[in-house]
Amino acid sequence: MVNNPSLFKKLSVIIGKIASNYTPLLILLVTLVLFSFIAPNFTTFNNFRLMIRQISFVTISAVGLMFVMVAGGIDLSIGSQIILSNIVLSLMMSSTYGYGIDPLIAIPICIAIGTILGMANGALSNTLKVHPLIITLGTSYIYRGLGYIIAGGRNIDGLPDSFRVYGQGYVGPIPVPIIIMIIVAIIGVYFLHNTNFGSRVFAMGGNQEAAHLVGINIKRMKLIVFAIGGFASGITSVLLLSRVFNGQVTTGAGIEFDALTAALLGGVSFAGGEGTIFGLITGVMIIGVLNNGMQLFGLQDFYQNLIKGALLLAAVGYDEYQKSRRAKEIVEKAAA
Amino acid sequence: MEYAVEMKGICKSFGGVQALRNVDLELRQGEIMGIVGDNGAGKSTLMKILSGAYRADKGEIYIFGNQVDIHNPLDSFKLGISMIYQDLALFNNLDVAKNIFAGRELVWGPLGITLDRKSMYRRAEELIKDLRVDIKSPKLNVARMSGGQRQMVACARAIAFQSKIMIMDEPTAALGVTEANKLLGLIKNLKNLGLSILLITQRIPDILAIADRVFVLKGGARQDILNVKDTTLDDVVTLIVKGKNGNRGIVDDIEYQSFG
Repeated sequence: MVNNPSLFKKLSVIIGKIASNYTPLLILLVTLVLFSFIAPNFTTFNNFRLMIRQISFVTISAVGLMFVMVAGGIDLSIGSQIILSNIVLSLMMSSTYGYGIDPLIAIPICIAIGTILGMANGALSNTLKVHPLIITLGTSYIYRGLGYIIAGGRNIDGLPDSFRVYGQGYVGPIPVPIIIMIIVAIIGVYFLHNTNFGSRVFAMGGNQEAAHLVGINIKRMKLIVFAIGGFASGITSVLLLSRVFNGQVTTGAGIEFDALTAALLGGVSFAGGEGTIFGLITGVMIIGVLNNGMQLFGLQDFYQNLIKGALLLAAVGYDEYQKSRRAKEIVEKAAA
Repeated sequence: MEYAVEMKGICKSFGGVQALRNVDLELRQGEIMGIVGDNGAGKSTLMKILSGAYRADKGEIYIFGNQVDIHNPLDSFKLGISMIYQDLALFNNLDVAKNIFAGRELVWGPLGITLDRKSMYRRAEELIKDLRVDIKSPKLNVARMSGGQRQMVACARAIAFQSKIMIMDEPTAALGVTEANKLLGLIKNLKNLGLSILLITQRIPDILAIADRVFVLKGGARQDILNVKDTTLDDVVTLIVKGKNGNRGIVDDIEYQSFG
């Protein structure tokens, strides 16, 4: 005999599970469907290629940020890391203002600079024992300030043509930044979800005290996760400079907020210990689709900001609601 | 006979207070020994010296006959001793297997960093089976578990790394009757698996149910070690309250009444 009430209950539990586990994916699908109806030229190959190239820069930074966030930290200085390393990179290569260094030498140096800037955040967080939010807020001013000082108000041009390929080139029909984004995402998935290092990042983000008790070296881990964040900034910096092809202090500014929004939309916990690269990429795609679709629909920037902000609050609020509901269920179960 | 743990002449003071006075303790291999005593008798201090959380002012420790120097929890862990704390150090965001292997993940491949998930979950499942505990799957999240199940995850963790000696601090204190009984069953299983166990508790009946011997502390000094077989609840309580020589003071008198 079919017991209807229990069947309904089961069904609602299943739907609830899907909704809570795949909220980001559902939001992405809804926005995709919505814009395919209301935005002209939205569902064309060229538009999708454009859209994904637009998000590739944020995605790379966000993968780096993800390691910091899962470990229980935050990095607000990503944009400033990009500004500073960007200016240094353009000066290294520029034939008019700088030293005309070959890109193949300058690029690794730029990525190394990004890594060091990230690691400095980790070192400061270890020695000052202040929340990373405050540390990286501080360093974001410092890095940006240094970038402005070094740039000295110049737009640094005269970059070698061989440097165009990274931000503007194609492999077949696929833009190079997209390929690099895919590689970074795959490496990110491997290290975060499939190595002992990744497991420890999750452990540390879940319970730092317990992580210490099981012998995880917290200070070293902090240095490494912030260094990974900086490493990703270094790569983003190279791609953005190649795309813009002009060393400016505005390149990359504010990218940390898009990365952070994407991470939160994608289910990465602000408190640490939770999140997947898959969710993160879904989050970045939501932002990308919103930006692109709203532009095609003809909405002005102000409205775009309004909608992005509202969506972020709604998504994070819903997630918290789900969590507190689950916690309540556990308590009720234990009491029963 | 070689003891699993032998502590000789352990002394420890905190400021002016002498918490342990010349305490000797011998834990036989494969036995469960209850550690009892009133509040402030020095039970936890003695065990924390063994687990590396404190250092003794004086005294010697032998593990399986070898004299050892325990400076910190890691030293103790390397000697095969694990202490399971009342406020268990678990990761609420991780599942059972990942909790068991946190910090000591199983890996494979040429890089030596790739997680060997299959082995980890299989090993976790074996441990759950060995311990005969009611955790349905190693993939369950520990945040959703009861206090007893969480204790069992902590035990599984210790066994996974071949601990020979386990110290448990009031494991049943926060549990209901059913769960407490299950946990006592688990502790017996641990003994059958060859572990030597030190069990701090205020619940004397627990000790009489599962322990082989009971070690009684009073005022930081060893009173006696009793064989559970030839002991009654009254004997243990009398020893806890009056001590070996039966000389109890005014304070002890009041405490004796509270024991009923």
